[in-house]
Amino acid sequence: MTRLIQRSTRTLAMAAAISLCLGCAYAHAEDTAVAIDNFTFSPAELTVKVGTTVTWTNRDDIPHTVVSAGKFRSKTLDTDGNFSFTFVAVGDYRYFCSLHPHMTGLIKVE
Amino acid sequence: MSAFDHGHNEVPDPATGVSRRRVLECMTWAGTGVLWTISGGVPRSLGLVDSALAAAPAGLSFLQISDSHVGFDKPANPNAIGTLEEAIGRIKAMPAKPSFMIHTGDITHLSKQSEFDDAERIISQAKLDVHYVPGEHDFLDEDVKLYRERYGRGAKGAGWYSFDANGVHFIGLVNVVDLKAGGLGNLGAEQLMWLEDDLKGRSRSTPIVVFAHIPLWTVYPAWGWGTEDGARALEYLKGFGSVTVLNGHIHQVMQKVEGNVTFHTARSTAFPQPAPGTAPSPGPMKVADDKLRSLLGVASINFKPGEQRLAIIDTPLQG
Repeated sequence: MTRLIQRSTRTLAMAAAISLCLGCAYAHAEDTAVAIDNFTFSPAELTVKVGTTVTWTNRDDIPHTVVSAGKFRSKTLDTDGNFSFTFVAVGDYRYFCSLHPHMTGLIKVE
Repeated sequence: MSAFDHGHNEVPDPATGVSRRRVLECMTWAGTGVLWTISGGVPRSLGLVDSALAAAPAGLSFLQISDSHVGFDKPANPNAIGTLEEAIGRIKAMPAKPSFMIHTGDITHLSKQSEFDDAERIISQAKLDVHYVPGEHDFLDEDVKLYRERYGRGAKGAGWYSFDANGVHFIGLVNVVDLKAGGLGNLGAEQLMWLEDDLKGRSRSTPIVVFAHIPLWTVYPAWGWGTEDGARALEYLKGFGSVTVLNGHIHQVMQKVEGNVTFHTARSTAFPQPAPGTAPSPGPMKVADDKLRSLLGVASINFKPGEQRLAIIDTPLQG
């Protein structure tokens, strides 16, 4: 619960930072977060606007990766490690953990 | 799921006299390693290393250690280096020296040079030849070269190879690379072709020991515990009278016998993982400090010519 609160606080902070960035091309897109928890991407499916930066953070005691074939590939994320990617094109981005391939997720960019 | 039907048969195994219940007892030992005895072609688990040695089996004995995760320092075991040292200490203290050791992967936690260095410094103290196969944690460096430089010389592809000892044919496979989204462990077409070729023309009476990191049989797909194309590898092994498949990855002892094939997984020397489906995820399992060493261990395997099944003994670090 504490973690959830912390996370939403962080998201709010990020959103606030972006709204201050008046010159940004994608100021309308709120940045958002995906947690890696218990070998699961959470949320597993996410719909975002073009220009959104999504940040994955590993909360497991085991390293994970975030890989979308031909689109993006994180380094190995140890505990609390994170990876960000800004989606500049509309489309469905399916991704997985290359170490634990049963872990899959989807970012829909519209 | 046939993975869990192995605990309800009380008929003693004709080769070992060990009932399934006894095997289950072995499963509750937390361990250091598995001592494998190959007797007459079939690996048998002997129980504790010490009692196995007391029996002074003729033939070939070798050790399996697995999942040492050097570099791991999380609550499930803040000192994975220390427990690896304990495991090697026990191996050094064995009164009868095994012929060699196999390591079924996840030598390191994050594939750092320093982790490989620490692992080698500690494991080499056993003064045994070690035949390695990689786990997914051994291919995490940026250039994916540290494992191969150190252990992959002379091996094919991502690190597969075979060798012979005492009339037993050993095959080390790699099922942790080029994993596909939504899938399990993966051997790949190139390795399967090599395997088929490696077995071609070999006498069907040759005892075969296959070792790889992720279980070749489907243990629990929801946690990725299985190998997508493992059945194809097993297809090539069908005609052989004695096949033993040794794996790691799941950090607990599990055994299954199917026809002439004995499947066995070894404990980790670093941290335990939950039994399939008993936790929200397969992540490291935190247990009481005084219980940890009962869930870590090694295995010893003994092979006796003339017996079909290898004897496998899972020995916990403590208990």
